[in-house]
Amino acid sequence: MGSNVVFYAMYNDDDVLKDGAKKLVAKGVKVADVFSPFPIHGIDPIIGLKETRLGIMSFIYGLTGLVLAMIGMRYIMITDWPMNIGGKPNFSFLENMLAFVPIVFEMVVLFAAHAMAITYFLVNKTIPGMPAENPDPRTTDDRFVMELRLSDNSRFTEKELEDMLMETGIVELDQKHIK
Amino acid sequence: MHKEATIREPLVLGHKTFHQVTEDVCKPIEGKAPKTWYILFSIAAIIGVYGVGCILYLLGTGIGTWGLNKTINWAWDITNFVWWVGIGHAGTLISAVLLLFRQKWRMAINRSAEAMTIFAVFMAGLFPLIHMGRIWVAYWVMPLPNQFGSLWPNFNSPLLWDVFAISTYLSVSLVFWYIGLIPDFATIRDRAKKPVAKKIYSMLSFGWSGRAKQWSRFEMVSLVLAGLATPLVFSVHSIVSFDFATSVIPGWHTTIFPPYFVAGAVFSGFAMVQTLMLVMRKAYKLEAYIHTKHIEYMNIVIMATGSIVGIAYITELFISWYSGVEYEAYAFINRATGPYWWAYWAMMTCNVVSPQLMWFKKLRTSLTFTFLIAIVVNIGMWFERFVIIGTTLHRDYLPSSWSMFYPTHIDIGVFIGTIGLFFVFFLLFTRYFPVLALNEVKTILKSSGQSFKDGDAKTPAFSIEEQHLADVRMKPSTKDNTKTSSADAKLKAFVDGLGVAKTDQKDDLKELSGLGVATESKLNEIGIFTFAQLANIDETTDLGVLSTYLGSSGSQANIIAWKKEAEEKLKNDNN
Repeated sequence: MGSNVVFYAMYNDDDVLKDGAKKLVAKGVKVADVFSPFPIHGIDPIIGLKETRLGIMSFIYGLTGLVLAMIGMRYIMITDWPMNIGGKPNFSFLENMLAFVPIVFEMVVLFAAHAMAITYFLVNKTIPGMPAENPDPRTTDDRFVMELRLSDNSRFTEKELEDMLMETGIVELDQKHIK
Repeated sequence: MHKEATIREPLVLGHKTFHQVTEDVCKPIEGKAPKTWYILFSIAAIIGVYGVGCILYLLGTGIGTWGLNKTINWAWDITNFVWWVGIGHAGTLISAVLLLFRQKWRMAINRSAEAMTIFAVFMAGLFPLIHMGRIWVAYWVMPLPNQFGSLWPNFNSPLLWDVFAISTYLSVSLVFWYIGLIPDFATIRDRAKKPVAKKIYSMLSFGWSGRAKQWSRFEMVSLVLAGLATPLVFSVHSIVSFDFATSVIPGWHTTIFPPYFVAGAVFSGFAMVQTLMLVMRKAYKLEAYIHTKHIEYMNIVIMATGSIVGIAYITELFISWYSGVEYEAYAFINRATGPYWWAYWAMMTCNVVSPQLMWFKKLRTSLTFTFLIAIVVNIGMWFERFVIIGTTLHRDYLPSSWSMFYPTHIDIGVFIGTIGLFFVFFLLFTRYFPVLALNEVKTILKSSGQSFKDGDAKTPAFSIEEQHLADVRMKPSTKDNTKTSSADAKLKAFVDGLGVAKTDQKDDLKELSGLGVATESKLNEIGIFTFAQLANIDETTDLGVLSTYLGSSGSQANIIAWKKEAEEKLKNDNN
């Protein structure tokens, strides 16, 4: 027992959960996590999730692709072997760059998309073979679960948290004691 | 929650709950495949295997087994390549461009349209690979350091741009598609009963748990990938068109090609989506999710892009005359009146005339007609590519080398084979993958679902059978429930006959179908709190008192229905 109690409050409607979370947060309760079968719009600011920085990362990856493509093509087409097309050898990168734009663009997209996808999998911890962590199999179907941890909410007792959850229109309440 | 105008037609028909959506999509995957699936799969597999045989024979013997000659050095191979790439444009357009425009009707079709895209691009990629002649050195198109001196691929060549464009497009589409699939695989994983299926789907779902943070990242990744995929779609077919437009062949080197090819690609892609979707929605009973409105929207896209293609054809024709270049003019006169006139006019009829019929609402909302037009457009777009490639090449500058193209059985076999393989992939997809983007459809259920729009749905969106009441301990309401002042003595007598309930035994009466908050509070006011009381209602007595008291929502039929449901509930609770 003690401070390692986790509450899994189950709802059957995303809006009920959102209202419930709002009420709880207003009372000073910290919501540890929410499990849902689809994205609940507007839940992030309520339970205090920061906006993801994946977009910024993708921009940086895209820039990497841009630079690499330019460096690569400059080396291949200008420095290493200035290809002579119609008596006009490739000597200047700037003047020949127009023909490289399509591939530069493709490389930007390739890098931005794939590196972001890999980052996404890593930070989400969604990798083949990872065990699923949703507390109830129904949370990928039609149930919404709010997770509260007693250790996050030391101001309240177990009973107080339970009572507050009861008022939010839950359909099931599960408690777990973790060591 | 996002609100949608009530005059907009609902995107999900009937009363669907979240659970019902899951059921509708997962049932066909979990159950046994119908006989027709096996029949179709066998046919597709036989054709596909025949195609693979032809390809192997071709690789062993050489490109000479195709009907190409000195004059016509590109024919069916590149025609098929462009045809398949074009078809492969609808999926990403639907999921990326329509996502950026927040078109919610995309959600019902994007999953399968994207699958179609990926399989179509697989098929497209085969043709240039075979056409290289020596497929085992295909990696030479990559800028790899090598032992041949400074032998690099030519980055000035559109053919090389194509390599980069198609491979980027294929891999990015695949990633986009798979990221969307992961949460749905998790749904199937959590439902799976057979251990093997559970194991496979938990591998495929990458351990997705549906945390709020994961969803937040999911939405960001979807948005950014859509933003990246949108210019990518346009770049791919633009670059395919550069293969022709940067050449010096009359009839090919026109600046109109990139936009014209992109419009044509979207046109043919949507036609293929229609072809597949019309069959799939029937076979998998998804009529509630992909209904006439979706088909109509796609028909409008077909009409719009078909008109762009039509304008492009006519512009091309006009400019060939207006430019004053006789070779250019001849190329077009030859297309329309030369020995391949039938291909040109087939293309004109299928691609310019047929989509114009979609202006009539009656026609574009007719499913049979849509299916017919979709097939016609698919054929027409194949002819477009043949006209551009074969008809342009067959009469070059030197009349002595003019020739005709006759496909060999290998030409035909490889083409038909790719169609077979495409359907093999698509049928496997519909058998083992969620064909509808479950998580996306659920997000629009409450804003665009029919019963939610009409207002006769119960919120929360759960189904009665699935409701678990066991652990719920409701707080007693603070209101004084003994007050019955609004009810007359007759009503009081009626309620008394149902038995007395304490307020703390209160059941959530809203769970009964058609019983809203207002009705519940009305019932509470006269002292009806539990299912037991409702179940005690005697149907044979006069229900008029209760019915008049409840007003519009409490017709006698409704009261009887509630009684029945309440009895069911009590039975379930006792189990």
